[in-house]
Amino acid sequence: MREIDALTITNTVKKLCIEANCHLSCDIKNCISACAENEPWPTAKDILNQIIENYEIADRENLPICQDTGVACVFLEIGQDVHINGNLNDAINEGVRQGYSGGFLRKSVVRDPLDRVNTGDNTPAMIYYEIVSGDKIKITVAPKGFGSENMSAIAMLRPSDGIAGVKDFILKTVREAGPNPCPPIVVGVGIGGTFDKAAYLAKKALLRPIDLPNATPFYADLEKELLEKINALGIGPQGFGGQTTALAVNIEHFPTHIAGLPVAVNINCHVTRHKTEVI
Amino acid sequence: MTIKIHTPLTREKVKELKVGDSCLITGTIYTARDAAHKRLKELIDNDKPLPIDIENSTIYFVGPTPSKSGQVIGSAGPTTSYRMDDYSPDLIKLGQTGMIGKGKRNGAVIDAIKTYGAVYFGAIGGCGALLSKCIKKCKVVAYPDLGAEAIHKLEVEDFPVVVVIDSHGNNLYEIGPKNYLTQNKAE
Repeated sequence: MREIDALTITNTVKKLCIEANCHLSCDIKNCISACAENEPWPTAKDILNQIIENYEIADRENLPICQDTGVACVFLEIGQDVHINGNLNDAINEGVRQGYSGGFLRKSVVRDPLDRVNTGDNTPAMIYYEIVSGDKIKITVAPKGFGSENMSAIAMLRPSDGIAGVKDFILKTVREAGPNPCPPIVVGVGIGGTFDKAAYLAKKALLRPIDLPNATPFYADLEKELLEKINALGIGPQGFGGQTTALAVNIEHFPTHIAGLPVAVNINCHVTRHKTEVI
Repeated sequence: MTIKIHTPLTREKVKELKVGDSCLITGTIYTARDAAHKRLKELIDNDKPLPIDIENSTIYFVGPTPSKSGQVIGSAGPTTSYRMDDYSPDLIKLGQTGMIGKGKRNGAVIDAIKTYGAVYFGAIGGCGALLSKCIKKCKVVAYPDLGAEAIHKLEVEDFPVVVVIDSHGNNLYEIGPKNYLTQNKAE
């Protein structure tokens, strides 16, 4: 049994919160650059170039790429041969607290959805645990902005709706979101499982680098087809028109019940942030 | 072509702005988002005075990140505007002429824009680091307890925006994609 101190978790989460918010990952940067190059609509091209200038400033000056530094979504894959000394939940939240204050990040969490008083330190984090084999812990911090989160949707389709129904629902969700989630967007899709599992898969799909297609060829093809269909909608960067509405569609899937076909769409903006470290 | 405009934004200035115009704003603007708008609405409903001069004012829907030492403000890009739709018409009625945000507005806001002569600008969402460079001064003028959601008085210089809904109700979110698709089909 390998022992890991809770303090190590706190320090890692703190670091990842700051890095994720100030430095966009290469897969997103490369994709935005390529889209700017290929975009035929002048207004759209101009916006994409400003988006590039923005993340370059953020990189250089260690500034948050976006003022919505999000709710901290923290994903942990914990090896079953690890023992953590100390309280794991507290350690993660302490990391978020230190990261958001030390990194000059915005505190965007309210203590109760109805009384809406800000907690002042961006805690609690949204924590997702998975137990895996081995003696390591993989921690991913994915700050999630709510402009795009609010445009997300879930549908409990009928099995008879099939693949056509799935495609229609995804396209409808993106079309209705229009300019609101800050296009160009990344579309996370979860298909299968249960009501909550589909939503979890959609969020998890956003963690996968956008230059890495689904490992199953069928779903990789579906991702490609949906991306083309979304970019044919004409919404464009910021909704002002253009070819570049989405940077990628990432799909995760899971077995489901004979009676069901859950589909969840979790939309992310062009500031799709996640940083990972393995302890 | 880029149009340079100075605040306060009089109705005459507003009328000259057309959907799709790129503008650079210089002058005083105020920040307010969900929580501050809710408080302003409560004041209006109770016939109490507002903490800002609303006549010909421009409100930027933003909650900036905290500033580091030596910085005027942290990252400061627009937030999604439809959450202010329940509040904007009352403020426009009282004299507000400019709104800066991103995303769609509802029919009630568009009606108020047309009736009273206002304009809805879009700034680029997700470009908070870039936009912060155009903010030269920043001071909290109301509701400091709200933190990032407090009302800040900003002095901006050449702050880049696009006219999304002009005073006639023309809407770039409808026109822009339509024009692109028409052109694309033609080619």
